[in-house]
Amino acid sequence: MSKLDAKIPKGPLAEKWSKYKATQKLVSPNNRKKLDIIVVGTGIAGAPAAASLAEMGYNVKVFCFQDSARRAHSVAAQGGINAARNNKNDGDSVYRLFYDMIKGGDYRAREANVYRAAEVSSDIIDQLTAQGVPFAREYGGTLANRTFGGVQVSRTNYAQGQTGQQVLLGGYSALKRQVALGKAKMFSRQQMLDVVVIDGKARGIITRNLVTGEIERHAAHAVVLATGGYGTIYYLSTLAVQSNGSAAMQAFRKGAFFGNPSFIQIHPTCIPVLNEYQSKLTLMSESLRNDGRIWVPKAEGDKRKAKEIPDEERDYFLERRYPAFGNLVPRDVASRAAKERCDNGFGVGKTGLAVFLDFRDAVAKQGKKVIKNKYGNLFAMYEKITGDSPYETPMMIYPAGHYTMGGLWVDYNLMTTIPGLFAIGEANFSEHGANRLGASALMQGAGDGYFIAPYTVSNYLADEISNKVPSTDSPEFVEAEKNVKAVLDKFLSINGTKTASSFHKRLGHIMWTYAGMQRNAEGLKKASEMIAELKKEFWNDLKIPGKTDEINQELEKASRVADFIDLAELIVTDALNRKESCGAHFREESRTEGGEAMRIDDKYSFVAAWEYQGEDKEPKLHKEDLKFENIEVKVRSYK
Amino acid sequence: MKIKLNIWKQANAKAKGKFEKYELDDVDAEMSFLEMLDSLNEKLIKEGKEPVAFEHDCHEAICGCCSLYINGHPHGPGKETATCQVHMRSFKDGDTITVEPWRAKSFPVLKDLMVDRNAFDKLMAAGGFISIDAGQAPDANANLVGKIDADKAFDAAACIGCGACVAACKNSSATLFVAAKVSQLALLPQGKVEAKRRALNMVAKMDELGFGSCTNTGACEVECPKGIGIDFIAKLNREYLCASFSEAE
Repeated sequence: MSKLDAKIPKGPLAEKWSKYKATQKLVSPNNRKKLDIIVVGTGIAGAPAAASLAEMGYNVKVFCFQDSARRAHSVAAQGGINAARNNKNDGDSVYRLFYDMIKGGDYRAREANVYRAAEVSSDIIDQLTAQGVPFAREYGGTLANRTFGGVQVSRTNYAQGQTGQQVLLGGYSALKRQVALGKAKMFSRQQMLDVVVIDGKARGIITRNLVTGEIERHAAHAVVLATGGYGTIYYLSTLAVQSNGSAAMQAFRKGAFFGNPSFIQIHPTCIPVLNEYQSKLTLMSESLRNDGRIWVPKAEGDKRKAKEIPDEERDYFLERRYPAFGNLVPRDVASRAAKERCDNGFGVGKTGLAVFLDFRDAVAKQGKKVIKNKYGNLFAMYEKITGDSPYETPMMIYPAGHYTMGGLWVDYNLMTTIPGLFAIGEANFSEHGANRLGASALMQGAGDGYFIAPYTVSNYLADEISNKVPSTDSPEFVEAEKNVKAVLDKFLSINGTKTASSFHKRLGHIMWTYAGMQRNAEGLKKASEMIAELKKEFWNDLKIPGKTDEINQELEKASRVADFIDLAELIVTDALNRKESCGAHFREESRTEGGEAMRIDDKYSFVAAWEYQGEDKEPKLHKEDLKFENIEVKVRSYK
Repeated sequence: MKIKLNIWKQANAKAKGKFEKYELDDVDAEMSFLEMLDSLNEKLIKEGKEPVAFEHDCHEAICGCCSLYINGHPHGPGKETATCQVHMRSFKDGDTITVEPWRAKSFPVLKDLMVDRNAFDKLMAAGGFISIDAGQAPDANANLVGKIDADKAFDAAACIGCGACVAACKNSSATLFVAAKVSQLALLPQGKVEAKRRALNMVAKMDELGFGSCTNTGACEVECPKGIGIDFIAKLNREYLCASFSEAE
């Protein structure tokens, strides 16, 4: 029998969370100060979770690898944060948001969790506003809203094109307040290197102090991972260059199941690869597709400048293929359509791997001033990178790796299969199914942090009141530290000829080619062999300068790349196993005659949760069957 | 193109640093400045030499990690530009580029071009927040915020905490950083309750942490990658003065 139990409360969907809160176990304020919690990661899930748990009276230790908690990559989210507030009187509701997320995720998310995320969404906006987040306002002083792709209501709250920054700083300031009050202790420039499990429960972590190189042991009653996504598996992605999947892999190796690892969102509108040295791709917000029109020349290999190509020789392929949604189809659909054109030789730019995002008509109709008001900061960012002004010439864009819907498998408590180990925000396999809709990442992360984890972590800790924090001298800590040190020493002792980045780049290329926007069995099998080869080479020919007991950025990279290689194998295994197309996971073998993604509900309506079986062994698959009792499962069409 | 580099190397916080010279022969004008440094490091590692330590993360001018002092300017050439947005097309073939870390007593060098900006976190802990626990918040529309105030608060809140203002200032003052936070929260109704305490506490903490005083040279405004203006310093001064007269703490 499978070990998976999602622990979803019984009763009607709309009452599950209230019932949970009304009947869960509590920890009295007096006892909270006896309990220690470790939170790893300080993004839009981690910072609020740490702050909120500290506010309740728990002792919280917070870790981040950056120099300050304020730099977590949630800071780069641009467009907005959804909330079912019906501020526009346009028919929004908790159910409507729930419906949009389930459909947008191509029916591969868990109903109860998604409904709860929609339920707490409104409280998040209240909380953030109270913390001083300057959300956009109307002249009358009320909240302003805008619309995002894949929905028919205006429910997105925003702070210009820097919503993630503002929302994150709200959580960060709440955390700083708890640090000042002594309830939270901040450990920055610390890289987590292992989870310590004692008697089957998560009891602490091993970290490396990135300044001194010292290996540290930290014990607690519970560990919360808020370590983000692993889109950097592609090397070139929209993520910050240090974002990684290491914490998730450490948890996986210690027994936490990994949910849907192959569900990775490819964002359609990013600045394409410009040269071979490039280390990062820049996202251009989805909001641009409100006014920009995407096209390529009708003639194959047409190398004329955009301006010289008359309208009748342009193929507005999204408008052509999806007349109902046009340029505002969901991300997975838009990405594949662009790839299809480029693969067939219609791409533009030096490499032919780009399509135009053209504002000519919008500028002509609305005027430059209005367009500048809407997208000024994005246009300026584009011009700084490419040297071209989008007011004059169309942007060139191409899809890039972005957000990971996959992550550590969690139950309704957001607890992994290791008791006491929680995963929140992008780090868990999440409420987004096989595809995430715009402006719902901040919503889910903040919801987990402010309003869900504080309850569910308390529910777990209620049974831990009489247990003392384990000693960091216990054999499990000693063993974990020994293993971590051995790996670090190994990196340095290889003394080969290739840098960690060069391996990451090659891994990224394999993943992008065979496990990116389109996948097929043959390619995935080839990827699997190539990854195994690369792994061998990595452990035989890596070159890391310096020592372990000092600042050593190359050593940090090596440790992340080693985990990426293992994670790549897991992604490929999952992608091979799921022989259907759903959301971002497009298997070429499973498509309609029109070339659209085709789900196979009778075989694949489940969450794939993978269990580690040992180094270089095939992980074991557990299935959590998805039941849809409150929504009709349909073919997702945007035609 | 060919580029000569003059880069500050320092083994650790206690070591004495010095400038080290490097040369790159095949720099592409389309490379970002950070990618140029990546290529330098790849080369150094292959030659068995120590790479240059420097910080960067998001490459979108929003995380505030990058902190290079390029040819005498924090974040190098270009107005309202962070280091990660500088491209090599801003330089000419044969140029010599000098790269240093932020220089300020409150930001000690950790290694090469990396500095410790923990003092900014301490400043924030001294009052850069509104005291409200999760669960207590009133409806976000209960307090109306006029669009002009909301936009102005946003302009102040756009600070990325990189520390260029401190690095640019001859007094190594953090006044623009503090002013941005104090102004953002004082402009919003929900931040007014604690506005006085906040101004007093953050300014006191700034002095305690060894940041210098503001002498209104305006260098911070010129170098700020987010274009945060010194009108916020005027607002801070007003908040601080009013608070000193009325708040007995």
